[in-house]
Amino acid sequence: MSTDQSGRLPDAFTTPGSSSFLDFLSGHAPDLLPSRRAAGHASAGAAPDAPHATTIVALTFGAEGVAGGVVMAGDRRATMGSMIANREIEKVFPADEYSAVGIAGTAGIAVELVRLFQLELEHYEKIEGSLLSLDGKANRLSTMIRQNLGLAMQGLAVVPLFAGFDLDRGGGRIFSYDVTGGRYEERAYHSVGSGSVFARSSLKKLWRTELDRDTSVRVAVEALYDAADDDSATGGPDPVRRIWPVVAVVTQTGYERVPDDELAAVVEQIVAERSGTGVPRRRPAVTNAEAVPHDKPHDLSQGPASGGDAE
Amino acid sequence: MNMPFYVSPEQLMKDRADFARKGIARGRSVVVLAYEDGIAFATENPSRALHKISEIYDRIAFAAVGKYNEFENLRVAGVRYADLRGYSYDRTDVNARGLANAYAQTLGTVFTTESKPLEVELVVAEVGRTSAQDQLYRISYDGSVADEQGVVVMGGQADQLGRVLQDAWQPGLGLAEVLRLAVRALGAGGDGEEVRTIPAAQLEVAVLDRTRPRRAFRRISGSALEDLLTDADGPTTDADAETDDAGDATGAGPATDEG
Repeated sequence: MSTDQSGRLPDAFTTPGSSSFLDFLSGHAPDLLPSRRAAGHASAGAAPDAPHATTIVALTFGAEGVAGGVVMAGDRRATMGSMIANREIEKVFPADEYSAVGIAGTAGIAVELVRLFQLELEHYEKIEGSLLSLDGKANRLSTMIRQNLGLAMQGLAVVPLFAGFDLDRGGGRIFSYDVTGGRYEERAYHSVGSGSVFARSSLKKLWRTELDRDTSVRVAVEALYDAADDDSATGGPDPVRRIWPVVAVVTQTGYERVPDDELAAVVEQIVAERSGTGVPRRRPAVTNAEAVPHDKPHDLSQGPASGGDAE
Repeated sequence: MNMPFYVSPEQLMKDRADFARKGIARGRSVVVLAYEDGIAFATENPSRALHKISEIYDRIAFAAVGKYNEFENLRVAGVRYADLRGYSYDRTDVNARGLANAYAQTLGTVFTTESKPLEVELVVAEVGRTSAQDQLYRISYDGSVADEQGVVVMGGQADQLGRVLQDAWQPGLGLAEVLRLAVRALGAGGDGEEVRTIPAAQLEVAVLDRTRPRRAFRRISGSALEDLLTDADGPTTDADAETDDAGDATGAGPATDEG
């Protein structure tokens, strides 16, 4: 596959010109392209049962005087119909040193697409000796999504969210995509996936111009918490198994994955705040037999079980 | 009309080899040296953009002497080979041996079948988890491969430089030490008797650093390189290379006097 029969590198390898791995692959080994892999097997309109990745959120931070960047976070659930296919899947990846890509849609194809995208950027960097511009990276991703249109029409759509630090402009930027490869730059925050409606509403209320790195991480986790609250396909933080969302921060110093310890503390804080006055709570159930007589003060602190046993 | 005349295969191969060797000897030398935490590459190259040393894959690097257009073409082919292999199998399945073989076959085929041999000499290097697992392959213009240990010199004054390095190099040196050694050797490669001092701005230096997480390749230039080269002139005898951190420019490596 890699060399011809004499063991010599085939002509395709030594042909000068393109710095794109995608172009090289399309010419030399098109079977390996994710967009070609499943073509012909799925009949139109009937998507096979395959795990789906769900909600991704991203937001920028950094006003005057604050070091800028972008935060991207994804929950850890993959669903297949009404079943949870995986509760530890990772959907946010480093695209390269200065950018992150998150995926929603058919997990198998999306993960493959990310692998190819990472390779595309690294390949360019190695051959050219310099990084692509952030717009250049966003456009490459757009091309790859467009190539997947055939599969998307068969129900195997992939919708990524791309965010990175623009070294030329000195700030974080977010790009969203549609299944046809359309590329849209988003201002301040965006979300994709099944829980995106709820996450975006949450971000709308929580995003502020004066956010910094730490508060942005918190906002991202809180938006996912809200999405998980209302969308069954989005997984919330799991304190029992110690599974937290994948949160990535991209700044001038590069890509950083927020460590689990920090996320555990953030989740704990969010849960503590929401356990307070912010959520309407059910009254403790009081049965007739245990009912407290009307003339006695209703003492909630003793709990419902102790009410009937008084004296 | 000219009649084709008979040339013996021996003479044909010899002519081609002489031709390739002459082309390679015109270029400046590249020095490759293993050190405690990886493999260091150095050459005299005033250009900031046209590299002789480059990254191929996570743990694999490439160095070449000879005609730029020819080895640049081979470098791109190597990157494509490695990326395709890593994409269709796994990143850990890309190794220097396979790449060295592909290069050897390519150079060998061109040498015997095409009108002009490639005027290049290559090194493919891979760092392992320990220095015992490091791999250094030197591939010549005719496709012959040599598995080298610790030191490789290619280019014009390879023999002369090799002698300087073989005497002074030993396993387990620190980064600053091997770089000073490499630069001293490159400076000794001139026509005259005197040893030149090559300024840091005229050097192309890179390392495969085994302590880095994924991509081990790193270029060293500017003030970081100057610090490594000028640091610690006080002569020390025993090798305290264990304490010499590769990425730490202030790490005081002993300056070797002899050689």
